[in-house]
Amino acid sequence: MTMPKTSAEIQNLLEEMAETIREELADKDPLLVGIHTGGVWVAKALQNILGEDFFDAPLGTLNIAYYRDDFTRIGMHPQVSPSDLPFEVDNRHLVLVDDIFYSGRTTRAALNEIFDYGRPASVTLAVLIERNGRELPIRPDIVGASVILPRNQHLKLRNKDGLQLEIRAAGALNAE
Amino acid sequence: MPSNQLTESGQLRHFLTIEGLKRPLLTEIMDRAEQFSGISHRQVKKVPLLRGKTIINLFFENSTRTRSTFELAAKRLSADVMNFNINTSATSKGESLLDTLHNLEAMHTDMFVVRHNQSGAAEFIAQHVAPHVSVINAGDGCHAHPTQAMLDMFTIRRHKQDFANLRVAIIGDILHSRVARSQIQALATLGVGEIRVIGPQTLLPRESQTLGVHVYHDMESGLEGVDVVITLRLQLERMQGALLPSAREYFRCYGLTEEKLKYAKPDAIVMHPGPINRGVEIASSVADGPQSVILEQVTHGIAIRMAVMSMALASQSEQAEIEE
Repeated sequence: MTMPKTSAEIQNLLEEMAETIREELADKDPLLVGIHTGGVWVAKALQNILGEDFFDAPLGTLNIAYYRDDFTRIGMHPQVSPSDLPFEVDNRHLVLVDDIFYSGRTTRAALNEIFDYGRPASVTLAVLIERNGRELPIRPDIVGASVILPRNQHLKLRNKDGLQLEIRAAGALNAE
Repeated sequence: MPSNQLTESGQLRHFLTIEGLKRPLLTEIMDRAEQFSGISHRQVKKVPLLRGKTIINLFFENSTRTRSTFELAAKRLSADVMNFNINTSATSKGESLLDTLHNLEAMHTDMFVVRHNQSGAAEFIAQHVAPHVSVINAGDGCHAHPTQAMLDMFTIRRHKQDFANLRVAIIGDILHSRVARSQIQALATLGVGEIRVIGPQTLLPRESQTLGVHVYHDMESGLEGVDVVITLRLQLERMQGALLPSAREYFRCYGLTEEKLKYAKPDAIVMHPGPINRGVEIASSVADGPQSVILEQVTHGIAIRMAVMSMALASQSEQAEIEE
């Protein structure tokens, strides 16, 4: 698939994702969790489309900085807002949202963090973009678009005048 | 002499003293602590950040609060932590201290948390540890207690937003207090409007004025219009040095009672690093009263120590990356 870049193209993807979430989870009182920072933007956009009442509680946010697997290699990550799950996760159906799915390591960290809050009934992973380069046996359930990029290119979601995607050469920013 | 506690890129490698640290770093410590403080409210009260790291609490002097909050902080970061309480009186210092150190280092320790009754002990250890080991000062003699100062700053920030407009008074034995020394350095670095010290002449350092603090010898004028009141533990052994007439006399002049607290602003907070001597430097009714944040200080100690430990070990990772 060609790379969606403009906010209009991204809005279409979001609406399709929202529709899938509605079909699969409407009868399960799902809860929404976004991964900082891009995943929170995508989660908010999905919440706007689905309506405030679709999810049973306010949006939860995860900052997986303390669950990453690269501390001994690169140390602390820059500060972002702390995790905040304003609900009990025990026995609930969660929709976990990220912007770009790449190696799967962020998802691994997010799942570990969620389980430190409790034991959800299920976790559905929804991502705006899935790109090639998976390194773990984890894949998203709901995908806006799948794209193939050369290894040396990185994809970054920006939130300036709406959501937009940017391709950057490796080295210009950290992976994911 | 403030030492090698920063890496070349300005990250915390050791945490020995507040002296010489810049405001953005102190702010980063508090911001990180703010993030860590939420972890204590979760079902699983820990994160895997320092999993596999080994931290040794090396305490050559007694401590309850500091040692246990360091231990809890390490555990909430998933590090392995071991406590060593060493009675110095039996050992000659210099060489045996280094011997102890090298033995513990041989166990692949990543961090030492050190408390010692001699000023400069943590710094001395920091100078002799292997390059991959960090040292945190948990109090050295009359010199410094930087994590205590930072948890106090964090507590103040939680209650009073802007440091610049604050008037802070520290009461008691400033001369022998490593807590006060570190607090004054931190308050000054954070740009606190006015720092005051209150106490008898014999317990205030002669160089007080040069530290940029205002000196008072009576509570009424010293506490007037103050936003934060910090009382210090009166170390009873000072009494023997003829610096003070008696505990009762001290309480009459400098003990923080409800009456004296009225000189401060009505919304002033009352702090104490603990352990408190009730009826000596502070009345029970104030220590347990509505303006007291003494137990909050203890809680905040965990988050501050998590922040400092993770930042120091993170800089080690960065260092390793550069060397590769």
